[in-house]
Amino acid sequence: MDDLTETFVELIRRASTELPADVEAALQASLAREEPGSPAASALQTILENVAFARAHSSPVCQDTGTPIFHVHYPQGVGVRALRAQIEAAVAEATRRAYLRPNAVDPVSGRNSGNNLGTGFPFFHFEEWEQDVLRVDLLLKGGGSENVSTQYALPYAPLKAGRDLEGVRRVVLDAVYRAQGQGCAPGVLGIALGGDRGTGYSGAKEQLLHPLDEVNPVPELAALEERLVRECNELGIGPMGFGGKTTVFGVRVGAYHRLPACYFVTVAYMCWACRRATVEVVSPTPTRDGVGGYTDGADGYIRNGHIPGKVRLSGKVRFYDGDL
Amino acid sequence: MAIYDLSVPLSEQAVRALRVGDTVRLSGVMITGRDAAHKYMVETFIRTSTVPESERPLYEELRRLLAGGVIYHCGPVVRQLPPSTPPASSQGGEGSGGLLSAVSREGRWEFVAAGPTTSIREEVYEPEVIAHFGLRGVIGKGGMGPGTLRACREYGAAYFHAVGGAASLIADTVKEVLAVYKKDEFGVPEALWVIRAEGFPVVVTMDSHGRSIHDEVEQTSKAALERLLAGS
Repeated sequence: MDDLTETFVELIRRASTELPADVEAALQASLAREEPGSPAASALQTILENVAFARAHSSPVCQDTGTPIFHVHYPQGVGVRALRAQIEAAVAEATRRAYLRPNAVDPVSGRNSGNNLGTGFPFFHFEEWEQDVLRVDLLLKGGGSENVSTQYALPYAPLKAGRDLEGVRRVVLDAVYRAQGQGCAPGVLGIALGGDRGTGYSGAKEQLLHPLDEVNPVPELAALEERLVRECNELGIGPMGFGGKTTVFGVRVGAYHRLPACYFVTVAYMCWACRRATVEVVSPTPTRDGVGGYTDGADGYIRNGHIPGKVRLSGKVRFYDGDL
Repeated sequence: MAIYDLSVPLSEQAVRALRVGDTVRLSGVMITGRDAAHKYMVETFIRTSTVPESERPLYEELRRLLAGGVIYHCGPVVRQLPPSTPPASSQGGEGSGGLLSAVSREGRWEFVAAGPTTSIREEVYEPEVIAHFGLRGVIGKGGMGPGTLRACREYGAAYFHAVGGAASLIADTVKEVLAVYKKDEFGVPEALWVIRAEGFPVVVTMDSHGRSIHDEVEQTSKAALERLLAGS
């Protein structure tokens, strides 16, 4: 093997078929709160059975395997074009192996590309960082929840929502009320304050990559998150919109600098199947001559990794799924 | 809230007995159809004076499958089986001639993941589909609007809510893919897949008596929202 394509296929397989441990634990806790025998409890039971079934059979948790959203952090010297080509090859291969549904549709012709590759599909975010580690985070964001994701511009008169955290609270509650069960509740909310319309949406989705129990470093936002979880659940929409105690089991808010004229609040609604996975390829000493020593991957998923071009990433490959 | 085991095709009597909150396990032959399929059916067969000659065979097939039948709002993940794989039952595919050539030419298919998609997008079409084909059941998620609720009452149909995202579990109840139509034209998720299911788990959330859990939850959550926004 002289590239990371197979590692990325494995990353996709994990994201699609294995729900992160923290998400599954949150769903278990939701089930414990619901009335036994209620439609809400039965929906959560079915969900948890499905999660176990999917893991055991290596089949997708949900048939809508969504938009594959890749956040890539790479060390200096890694060729981004080569990396992108390998991830794209992995996406096509994962589709062929039925870990992903062919989901890329041309809006003009109506044609499905058949392999999840298309214009702007999958979505990539590349960022160079100081570490000698390649890190790829993958989020599979389904379409049903994407349809109920939304953006407000504050002030928003119909809800008396001003340009402050109270205004944010008001529009987020409204968004969750409007979504009802349509986004496959119970859900997770990724929220971006500020930014422009574009960075608002991408920032809101980026919040969904954080583990549920990670405490927000901004105390005001941590308090807002806690309050929003509690109050969204007071809406009583419940699993699948059947009515019940858990409507939302996680909220994460990020703040982005905004224009003086704009104050956007963007809510990325994620269904209960909050599918994310991470792989790190550790390369303590990248070698530029192309003949660097290879170390076998610690957990055997990959024998050695090689980004064609300038830098060899050799050494350990580690997968994380929610318990990072 | 009762529990029923029902076989498709459904009788009007069986559907009229269902009430919101009932749990049902559905068995029998049903057909998937979502956005492209609904648009196609309504534009080609219903809101038209003549069905084009090329579409007639499929029209007859759909009339046969959907009378007393069930349509499932679903875009599945499928896997192709080797061409030599024998059908799971004797009633599979080849008997119906050229229509099913996609199945015999490319080998057989199986459902890998097949949860429901959001139904409300079909609201503009579904009442006409229920009326035209004599549909008795719609499986999906998220519920549908007043037009479908009215059609359920008028023609004796019910809305069955599958658990959104329970895709692998549901696919496990799909025992056989009998045929696929419009796969090349609409793509895999949007194609019409004819499937045989056993014990497909659903909850009745809209019944033939005018009740909808979705309307009721919307109203109670609206009151809760007003309380939360007033209390700050």
